Amino acid sequence: MIDSDDFVKALNDIGFDFFTGVPDSILGGIIAALTDSRSYTPAVREDEAVAMAAGAYLSGKVPAVLMQNSGLGNAINVLASLNLIYRIPCLLLLSWRGFQGQDAPEHLVMGQTMTQLMETLRIPYRTLSPETMTNDLQWTAKTFMEQQIPVALLLKKGVVKTVQP
Amino acid sequence: MGPEEGVMQSRAQAIGILTDLMTDQPLVICNGFPSRETHKLHDRDANFYMIGSMGATAGIALGIALAKPEKKVIAFDGDGNVLMSLGTLATVGAQKPGNFIHVVFDNEVYGSTGNQPTYSRVVNLEKVAKAAGYVNVERVWEREDIAYEFKDMLSREGPSFLLIKVNEQIEDADRVPIEPAAITRRFKAALQ
Repeated sequence: MIDSDDFVKALNDIGFDFFTGVPDSILGGIIAALTDSRSYTPAVREDEAVAMAAGAYLSGKVPAVLMQNSGLGNAINVLASLNLIYRIPCLLLLSWRGFQGQDAPEHLVMGQTMTQLMETLRIPYRTLSPETMTNDLQWTAKTFMEQQIPVALLLKKGVVKTVQP
Repeated sequence: MGPEEGVMQSRAQAIGILTDLMTDQPLVICNGFPSRETHKLHDRDANFYMIGSMGATAGIALGIALAKPEKKVIAFDGDGNVLMSLGTLATVGAQKPGNFIHVVFDNEVYGSTGNQPTYSRVVNLEKVAKAAGYVNVERVWEREDIAYEFKDMLSREGPSFLLIKVNEQIEDADRVPIEPAAITRRFKAALQ
């Protein structure tokens, strides 16, 4: 399991310096670490978070947006008609609720369709794991800089330490 | 809309009043005719024209305001856009960026799709902004008041919300002729 403070430090080390989003329990440890370092600006909706990240990017920041995968649904119009056509990148840290059908019912559809949605929108993504973390972050930085579009890291339950034990 | 005393401006007239008072402040303009009209009347590198992502105006402007606290950041928004992302009024009210001015050209219709009415006819958006925590809130429609209040907001700590009731007149303005990726490049360069 990746320690949440280590993960935030690793994101800072590759240049991310603006964080926003809407919480999920899987992301709780990361949000707590960001809140402790006063680096996190909460949004009320995921499309608002993506818009704020876009504004930060236009101002010279390197932004990341945290959300539960259900929030991807809320964010699609901004991703499709702002980020993807204006070439405004961000890192999407998406928690993978409903992975392999193991979760409460409200997560099952998005848990199954999320990766297809990303592929349809042509948003590059990778699934984060402790073994591949260094590689995943290098890929993130490279893809972000080269393609200037949103890129996503998918976080399954148990990959990054949360607040609850 | 009930009878208002005095003379309502067109949105293009109101845009002209405001841009005459602006210098180099970064400006985000919502999709639809507000962007088209602003481009026609006062194009500059520090204008970010939205062509889609309806509802995102204030979110984008907020991101800029938080990242650039030394600059006054202005949003030209519409009633339909604000209603679509009413929650953003709460985010702004809670974050309280002192360098944020949210101008709403309220014509009470969706201008780009056939003038269907919006709920701003009955919902007072400036009262929602006030309740959400915006520090300076004004509702204006006469030329002198628009100029007076905007000038005041430029010199004060915000966040400020200027609701300008405008008539339904649309300027004959083409779609913004700049490629979106080029808008990004020149806006980013202007903010450096």
